[in-house]
Amino acid sequence: MPELTRKEVEEIALLARLHLAPDEIERMQRELGAILEHFAAIASVDTSSVPAMTHAVPMDLRMRVDVPEPSLPAEVALANAPRRDGDLIVVPSSIAPARSGTGTEP
Amino acid sequence: MSFAFWSAADTARRVAAGEVTATQITDAALTRIETIDDQLGAFLAVDTDGALAAAAEVDRRRAANQPLGPLAGVPIALKDVLVTRGLATTAGSKILEGWIPPYDAHVVEKLRAADAIVVGKVNCDEFAMGSSTENSAYKPTRNPWNPARVPGGSSGGSSAAVAAGLCAASLGTDTGGSIRQPASLCGVVGLKPTYGRVSRWGVVAFASSLDQVGPLTRTVADAALVLHAIAGFDPRDSTSLEAPVTGLLESLTGDVRGLRIGLPQEYFEAMDDDVRAAIAQTAAALIERGAETVDLSLPHTHLALPAYYLIAPAEASSNLARFDGVRYGRRVEAGDLTEMYAKTRGAGFGPEVKRRIMLGTYALRSGYYDAYYKKAQQIRTLIKRDFDRAFRYCDVILTPTTPTPAFAFGAKATPFDMYLADVFTLSCNLAGLPGISVPCGLARDGLPIGAQLLGRPLDEPTLLRAGAVIEAAVGLGDRRPAIGGAA
Repeated sequence: MPELTRKEVEEIALLARLHLAPDEIERMQRELGAILEHFAAIASVDTSSVPAMTHAVPMDLRMRVDVPEPSLPAEVALANAPRRDGDLIVVPSSIAPARSGTGTEP
Repeated sequence: MSFAFWSAADTARRVAAGEVTATQITDAALTRIETIDDQLGAFLAVDTDGALAAAAEVDRRRAANQPLGPLAGVPIALKDVLVTRGLATTAGSKILEGWIPPYDAHVVEKLRAADAIVVGKVNCDEFAMGSSTENSAYKPTRNPWNPARVPGGSSGGSSAAVAAGLCAASLGTDTGGSIRQPASLCGVVGLKPTYGRVSRWGVVAFASSLDQVGPLTRTVADAALVLHAIAGFDPRDSTSLEAPVTGLLESLTGDVRGLRIGLPQEYFEAMDDDVRAAIAQTAAALIERGAETVDLSLPHTHLALPAYYLIAPAEASSNLARFDGVRYGRRVEAGDLTEMYAKTRGAGFGPEVKRRIMLGTYALRSGYYDAYYKKAQQIRTLIKRDFDRAFRYCDVILTPTTPTPAFAFGAKATPFDMYLADVFTLSCNLAGLPGISVPCGLARDGLPIGAQLLGRPLDEPTLLRAGAVIEAAVGLGDRRPAIGGAA
């Protein structure tokens, strides 16, 4: 298995939406590289005829009947939101630089 | 009178009989937590008002001759990954600091319905990722037998609180050994149920195909009692088993005649001498009482660790995507949404959680999926087949729970060294089997050693039956830890 590069670490961190400081990136490269080396053993196991297990206990995933049921009242569900405006949660823009927000702290 | 080391069964029986009130028991437990937990660091939150109100309600019903639940007046602590309505739940992480859940986990509802008294929330490795509770973002928890040693993890607060007599029982979660390993290191009983036996509704998710909730107690009988209270079908967990909950309370017959105990050679290769001797003594005690041992092989055991540390982080990287600073928990403001996610998560997660998110994201990445995640899932099938074959020749499997007794703080130099602490407990989760750790003696330095029993799916009764025989033959008896033990 190839060695983990700094660029790969940065790519994975981006995919994971995880900000890492420069020293964290270095440490992660070193530590993940070492961990993956220990996992090299699995590559040589012949699993060509082995099905992948997704669940330990054989079962079909159950579907709930599609009937509306009571849920948390909006005020309760929103009580922990870091930033809100009435019954809305306020987040920065995803497509353009944010304007100064209109939200209020809870 | 000290109630500190009363069993859960004794406590409930005496409360029901009117020998003692739930309020007296609860008062005593809260006082012990206040006076002893400074030395231990087990509790992250103590619910004094809630516990006293619940106890008063039990006493009121007792006075009115109304029926009481099977855990009436029993003080129980909850690992802080179990959500509790109105009571802060952190999962040991700064990203959830200050979060007040709006509902109770299924197991918490079940405990309350059984009249147990929830005294508080206990420490754990952040998001249950770790084997020593050193990864808690809040504080270290100490091993009551020797405060220079770790209590194990990730349910280290759960094991330490029960061992030191701060509560009669606790709940933990076990994804790769996180109930059994700390139970072993603290000299208590820890039971990881069959996957699907206990609902995961309201459990902060780590690895959904592996996570299970289970009890940590001072006696095997109490493990049966608490499991009986929390097990059963719950439609809110799509992997909850519809099988009836039977045979747990009737399992402790003391009779192991004819029981076939499998000894897998792969679990006896490298371990501490005292652990080896204690497990040999455990096997001998079972043979003396009429069980027979069967030497067997679980040939894919050496692949369990890499398979686990690919599957669990992969599932964690997906589960932990929900912590994004939008709906609850900590938020670090930033100019755009993606930057807010990244900064919130970068500031809120600790080093081990970041490592596992990175490892999981790597394993699931396009182009690497087949080599890592899929391969690990195939190896999981091989490990399950090993067990299926083994259980044709034996009824339970006996192994050490951990290779060594409790280790010192900071003793594991690298992340991988820490991962090796779970080497005997991981396979059970990969195969979805039930497992129990039962104390089976003390090492020369006075630290507890645990024997692990693994069973067939839903065969918790046989684990409990054999476990109770181990407890009677080679258990700790009246030996108690340095912290809390004098009471």
